This record gives sequence, structure tokens and C-alpha cells, in this order.
Amino acid sequence: MARTAEEPAIQAEALTMRFGNFTAVQDVSFDVAKGEIFGFLGPNGSGKSTVIRMLCGLLRPSGGHGSILGRDSTREAEAVKRSIGYMSQKFSLYPDLTVHENLSFYGRIYGLGPKLQPRMDAVVEQLHLAPYLRRSAGALSGGWKQRLALACALLHEPRVMFLDEPTAGIDPVARRELWDFLYELAGRGVTLFVTTHYMDEAERCNRLGYIYLSRLLLLGNPDELKGDPRVTPSAARWLEAGLDGSEAPMERLSAMPGVEDATIFGNTLHLLADNSVDAAELGRLCGGLDFREGAPTLEDVFVRLTRLAEREQRTS
Amino acid sequence: MMRGMSGIIYKEFIQITRNPATLVIMLLIPIVQLIIFGYAIDTEVRNVRTVVLDLDNSHESREFLNRFRATGLYDLMGQVTSDTALEAEIVSGRASVGIMIPAGYGRELAGGRPAQILVLIDGSNNTIASQTMSTAQTLGIRMSIERVSPRRLSQAQLVDVRTRFLFNPDLRSAAFFVPGLVGVILFLVTMLLTSFAIVREKELGTMEQLAVSPVSRGGLMLGKILPYLLLGMIQMNVVLFFAQFVFNVDIAGSLPLLEGLALIFVFSSLGLGLIISTVAKTQLQAMLISFMILLPSILLSGFIFPRESMPLPIYWISALLPVTYFEEILRGIMLRGAGMEALWDETAVLTGMGLLLLAIATFRFRKTVG
Ligand SMILES: Nc1ncnc2c1ncn2[C@@H]1O[C@H](COP(=O)(O)OP(=O)(O)O)[C@@H](O)[C@H]1O
Ligand SMILES: [Mg+2]
Repeated sequence: MARTAEEPAIQAEALTMRFGNFTAVQDVSFDVAKGEIFGFLGPNGSGKSTVIRMLCGLLRPSGGHGSILGRDSTREAEAVKRSIGYMSQKFSLYPDLTVHENLSFYGRIYGLGPKLQPRMDAVVEQLHLAPYLRRSAGALSGGWKQRLALACALLHEPRVMFLDEPTAGIDPVARRELWDFLYELAGRGVTLFVTTHYMDEAERCNRLGYIYLSRLLLLGNPDELKGDPRVTPSAARWLEAGLDGSEAPMERLSAMPGVEDATIFGNTLHLLADNSVDAAELGRLCGGLDFREGAPTLEDVFVRLTRLAEREQRTS
Repeated sequence: MMRGMSGIIYKEFIQITRNPATLVIMLLIPIVQLIIFGYAIDTEVRNVRTVVLDLDNSHESREFLNRFRATGLYDLMGQVTSDTALEAEIVSGRASVGIMIPAGYGRELAGGRPAQILVLIDGSNNTIASQTMSTAQTLGIRMSIERVSPRRLSQAQLVDVRTRFLFNPDLRSAAFFVPGLVGVILFLVTMLLTSFAIVREKELGTMEQLAVSPVSRGGLMLGKILPYLLLGMIQMNVVLFFAQFVFNVDIAGSLPLLEGLALIFVFSSLGLGLIISTVAKTQLQAMLISFMILLPSILLSGFIFPRESMPLPIYWISALLPVTYFEEILRGIMLRGAGMEALWDETAVLTGMGLLLLAIATFRFRKTVG
């Protein structure tokens, strides 16, 4: 999606969060345009949920500020709360209430009044919840729990949605359906902020941010990230070879000078090789593999940048 | 059969010690219990508040009062000037015993004629009532025997101590424990349920979901406590109903007054429940903390043991418990038919405590939720 000069839907400016003398989020800045799907990635504990909590006005930042649709997350928290939907990392609905009761509870909390019934009908229809209305929320399977959580978060028609690991622990079909629905939302102009650990989900996002050890390391669309010079140094290129059932000599490869980040995707051996390494030579050394030029994957991007950051931290 | 037991034991101990707050409370509870049972629970009755109407004011009447004081059972805390005032002191709960010495007591005795003394006793607490009654009568008999001389043998008892129970004349224990129970149950339900209701949302993670919604802190707090306030009031009325129709404990005073003052009391126990919920992280912790407050509230509030007989430090602890004042109010209205004019002190203290606790609760609640 093209970036416009229009006011961003989500804005983080030098957001910092300290818990005691531990810094959970350090100087994180980014913009998310309206209608964009922004993917926020990073290892566990890197500060993703904390960034979301600050943007939603749940936590007061120790430094910097966040804003939603031009309103400050801290100073105008009440206005911000009306315009956002939030699905927390943990399933957080009432397991002892039925699907219907959970929905009408959240509708009341948001003061929907006479709009409650039509809105409930709408989200039930969009997320196909009708057969489950009388079932208690605690008895639903993971995928249906997430649908219900999404339905509750959408009742008040938020223009910005925060989804914290919405697909963690749900099956591939439910995952696919959820993403189809997210696209539908984005198509209607809703801005989506999604955290995930799945690379295929990252590929589906318009833009990505990668946070590691409380710092934002990367920002850009998937193609921009793959083209980042830190991922592919100028004196190296990515090589790939089909394995066809033969075993990959991983140990030998990692000991080889000029070869880095060798990994296997299904039947393909994938590595970063220095320009001094000859592809044909490498193939022979690996027992007759046929290497050709490849491109870095998003996983390569994150793995390499994490390694670089680790190295930087060790030296400093 | 025992396969894997050592592994389970190992893990349990790790989990028990991993949660320091729970562990501390677990260790504190027996200590609190020990202190209460060791010091406060003493079935011996002492220092029963007693007022005196001495219409004789003679050497003999003063001697009689000194004998009363010497037993250690009666705490002669003051004189009144009329029999209506004497009764009012007992109805209000300021005194449990009233001694009336009629005019001419000294003259009758000096003349070798029998003289009467009237002892009014608040019968609502049957432990206090029966002890103060028997001690007063024994005192009368003993003084009579001392005055009997071989020259003047008389059939009649010279110092004739007449005792009269003002309320609960049959000394039924139900009359005493039912009002006390009403207070304790109301306290338990409102405090425990409120703290549980909030801590459960924290555990579930729904509190965070509520915090991102536009619901106001005040709306959240009131929405959380009002249902339990209603529940508590319904429960109190159920207990009152059973008290009346199963235990025949009638409400001597005004029911609307009782309900009104109960409402004031409930605010302080809801406040406590809210404060607990801001401290506790799990429902288990909330329960343990509630238990820490509940235990002294049951044992020290005067529900089981008379407060007057407690050692001073324990007496002061009991003065910090809202239930103590509510128990006074309950017994006053239900058994003695006390009206508002006799309950100002307790009502004032309860109102103050309620406001203070709610203020602390609101402040802490704002800080922890959001
Ligand atoms: N309320 C808090 N108090 C103290 N530390 C916290 C708090 N919330 C999060 N943290 C810490 O901050 C770090 C980042 O947490 P989080 O934002 O949840 O990471 P992520 O969502 O990326 O897994 C973690 O180390 C976590 O333990
Ligand atoms: Mg998280």
C-alpha cells in the first residue's frame, strides 16, 4: 500500500518503557498508515506486547509517546480507547459466559445502546458464530475462541485493531480463515497491527517491524527487508541447492570458510556464501550438489539481523 | 503404586516455596491464631461495664459497692442520677450491668432489717449475664452471713440482692449469637466475594480487556461492588428471617434502622474487599488475606467473647475492626431495641471507617487497573 502524506493511523515516537531498572522497550519509532496491515515480529520477551500496551493507553510510556489517529495514547486515552480494538495475547473472555453473553457484555461496556443488536448480528454473521451462540466460551476450540475474541473486539467498529499473537496455537485452517478475515477488514479501511512468529504471516503483511532485545531493528515492506544490505553483504550472495533425498553435510558447511547461515527448507539447502566461494566447487565439496543463485527469505532477514545485533552487543 | 510420588512431592514443594506472598500468609495465619487463642480467648469474664444509681449514698452503700468492685468482675465506670438513666445506659450498650441502691439502705441494715438492692443485667450475652447474676447474688448472701450475729438470728436475708434481666430473660444463647452471626456473615460475603470477583478477572486476563475499553474506573469499581452489596443485603435478610422464625429471635428495635446501618457497614467491608483485590495476585492469595482479617473479626469483635474481658492490646485491635461496631449495632437494635440516639458513636465510627477504606480502595484501584 502506498504511503501517503495523510496522518498515520498509528504513530510511535521514541517509545520507551522501563520496569524498574529493566528496559523492556527502548526508543521505538514507526508509523502505520491507514488501512495497512502492519506485522510486528520479534522473539518472546522482546517487547512487542509492551509496545501495544503503550499504544493502547494501558501503560504510560517512560519516554516518548504513541498516538492513534492523531490522538495521544496517554493524554487522550479515553478517545483512543473508543477508536481501537484490542485482542490480547491471552484468551481473555469469560469462559463461564456463553458466546452470546460475552458479546452482549462487551457491547454494553462500549455503550452501544440500540446499535448493540445490529452490531452483534453483523459480527456473528462475519465470523460465522451463529451455531455457537449458546455455547459457553470456555468450551470452544482455540480457533473459535479467537473468532469470538475478534468478534468482541470488533463490536464497536474500531478503526484500528491490535492483535497480539492472534494465531498462536491454532490450526492451519483456522489460521488461514483468520487471515482471510483480516484482509477483509483491511479492505474496509481498518488498520491492523498484528504480532506473530510465523514467517508466512509476516509475508502477508504490507509492512513489517522487527524488534529484538527491546530495540526496533528493522522497518519496511517484506521486499525492502529482503534487499537490506545487512542481510546480503555486498561481497556475498545466497545460494540454493535441491537435496533430492541426499543428506546435507551441515557440519562440514558450518566449518567452511566463507559460508554462513546454512539452513534447510524442506528439500532445499539454503546458505549465504562469500563471493570468493565458487558455487561449483561448493557443490562438489557437498557431495555433488547443484547450487544456483537464490534470494534471502524473511527468515534469513530476521536470523541474520538477530545475529548481527547479538554480535554488536557482545562487542560493546 | 507409589511410582512417581517423589517427583510430585519435589514439584509441590518447589511451587509452595516459589510464591513468597502465599507462604508468608500461610505462616502468619497460625501465629495470628495462636495470639488470639492464647491471649484473647479467655472464658473468664472480667471488667463488665457497670453503672451505679446510689440513692442512699451512705457508708453502707459505699461499702457494698466496694465489695462489688473487689470481685474484679464489675468495672464501676460511673454514677447516674435516675432509674431511667440507669436503664438508658444499658439499652445503649454503654453498660451491661446497673446497680440500684435504694434510699434508706444503710438505715435499714443498721436497724437489723433486711434491705434490698436491685441489679439490672443486660441478658443478651448469656455468659456475661449468668456470671454477673450469680456473683451479685453470692455477694448478697455473703454479706448477709457476715451481718448475722448469734444475738440477732433472723430468717430473712439481710442484704437482699434482686437481679433482673432486661432483655432475653430466658438467657437463650440463640438470642446472643444470631445477631452476631448476621454481622459476620454479611462481612464474609461482601469482603470475600468482592475481592474474588476482581482477582478472578486479573487471573483470567479480562481485566486488561476491560482496561482498554472506555469503561471508567468508577464505573468498573461500582459495577463490581454493587451486585455484591445487593447480595449481602439479601443474605442478611434471609438470616434475619430464619432467626425470627426458626430461632424466635425477634427484632426488638426498628428494622429499617438496622438495614440502613447495615448498608453503612457493608461499604467498609466492600472497601476492604477492594483493597484485598489490589494486593492479591491470585484467588488463593485473596482468600488467605481475607482469612487473616476474618479470623480476628470473628473472634475479637465480641461475637463470641466479650470485648471487656480482653487484655488491653487485644481490645485495641478489636477496636480497629469494623465488624466490632456493627456487632454492637446489631445487638443494640435486635435485642435491646436501641434506637439511633443510642447508636451514634458506633454509626460515626463505621461511617468514618467506610469512607476511609473506600478512599484507599479507590486510590489503589486506580493505580493497579490501568
Ligand atoms: N508489567 C511488567 N513488569 C515488569 N516486567 C515486564 C512487565 N511487562 C513486561 N515485562 C517484561 O518486559 C519484557 C517484554 O515483554 P513483552 O512486551 O510481553 O514481550 P513480548 O510480547 O515481545 O513477548 C519481558 O522481559 C517481560 O518480562
Ligand atoms: Mg507478547
